[in-house]
Amino acid sequence: MSVIEIEHLRKDFQVGFWGRESVAISDINLSVQEGEIFGFLGPNGAGKTTTIKILMGLIHPTAGTAKLLGQPVGNIKAKSKIGFLPESSHFYEYLTAMEALTFYGGLFGLSKNRLKERIPTLLKQVGLVSSAHLQLRKFSKGMLQRMGIAQSLINDPELIILDEPMSGLDPIGRKEMRELILGLKAQGKTVFFSSHITHDVEMICDRVGILVGGRLLRMGGLAEILDTGKETLEDYFIRIVQGQ
Amino acid sequence: MKWQAVAINTYREAIRDKVLYNLLIFALILIGGSILLATLTISEQNKIIVDFGLASMNLFGVLMAIFLGIGLVSKEIEKKTLYTVLSKPIGRTEFLLGKYAGLLLTLAVNTMIMGVGLYLTLMINQARWGFSIWDVMDPRLIGAIYMIYFELAILTAVALLFSTFTTTTLAAIFTLSIYIMGHASFDLMKMGEKLDGLAGPLLKGIYYILPNLSYFNIKGQVAHGVAIAPSYFFYTTLYALVYCTLLMCLASFIFKRRDFN
Repeated sequence: MSVIEIEHLRKDFQVGFWGRESVAISDINLSVQEGEIFGFLGPNGAGKTTTIKILMGLIHPTAGTAKLLGQPVGNIKAKSKIGFLPESSHFYEYLTAMEALTFYGGLFGLSKNRLKERIPTLLKQVGLVSSAHLQLRKFSKGMLQRMGIAQSLINDPELIILDEPMSGLDPIGRKEMRELILGLKAQGKTVFFSSHITHDVEMICDRVGILVGGRLLRMGGLAEILDTGKETLEDYFIRIVQGQ
Repeated sequence: MKWQAVAINTYREAIRDKVLYNLLIFALILIGGSILLATLTISEQNKIIVDFGLASMNLFGVLMAIFLGIGLVSKEIEKKTLYTVLSKPIGRTEFLLGKYAGLLLTLAVNTMIMGVGLYLTLMINQARWGFSIWDVMDPRLIGAIYMIYFELAILTAVALLFSTFTTTTLAAIFTLSIYIMGHASFDLMKMGEKLDGLAGPLLKGIYYILPNLSYFNIKGQVAHGVAIAPSYFFYTTLYALVYCTLLMCLASFIFKRRDFN
């Protein structure tokens, strides 16, 4: 079953004083299957975040359609089964980690008892137990990223969408993030994440999509798209980007 | 319900904001300071305390409504805290409702604190002159505070509306302009009646579109012990409720169509 289906997706923005049209993404077609880890790869400014924001209902597409868990984007019922980590997490800095997770859990309609069980488990999972009562304004960048992961998992989602999840993490943090993503797959969840770091994508993804200049140039399993033994994903990615 | 989670979070943000405490303390100082006014007879002093106290409550309430209201949405957009909220199963209208309810709760608490401050000032003044402190329990004073609150509710809805599509600075300027024009709208209409051509209907149109905030100003009547009919409170409350609902509908219409880049 496809948990993410995107057909002919396009987004134009109006930029500058005269409102000149700029095409952010054009004719994106992709699908993500249940239970897989999909890497959405592209250089900076390729349109990865724009695509993800359309999936999360933060931006309206100019053309095309997108569905999550079989429902059009923005569907409230589908959103209750999705977890999302935006690029460069921004939170209410006056809240403590505990308060923030309680708030986000409340948005899912989770009961107080359920949150009492869930929040300590999540904080332990992301390594923030000792910082549970610290205000988020005192968190480091890495701690905020972990907090972002925690809030994306508060509802025990079926589909997790992560925008640059490795951002702000040191090598140990990135290793832990990869292990967390693999752990989510082992639980039968689907993970869709964007990155411009080919090494991370190559290590854990089942399939990848390569976005360059707003267009999806390649999509498929690593075995399909790489010339096995002769090139790494990084070599392939650079070849594709420079080819544009 | 999810809007309640947003409302409680908005209230929590407001009460942890130092600006709010500074405004509240200044308001209480002004209200209490009215007792130090020039030596007059007790009845004159009470009128001055009530008039000055209600005016201070109104002024600081307006400042709170504007300073907190303008950031309700625009600050969330600028700081990108909106992304982790709107990606959750909560509609944009429900989110706006929660933000508005949270600020209304904040204003209600602050209005009550200032109201208690005003009553305490009156009681202290009574005790100072050897009179019964319970003589100041005038229900008309509660009526004036009630009207101030509904004026603030309208102003908050105006601030929230501007907050959905412009920056915090512009939202503050526009909201303050609406507040000033809202108190002058009746005079504008009267002026329009004397003008020829399009000016008359234009000014009349502005009168009906702008919130008529002078309806909510009964400070003078209360200070001088003038009776106010219960029906006045009923119709003014209804006006406030309808106006706020229309503003929220407009805010929701705009907010639903926004892209958060």
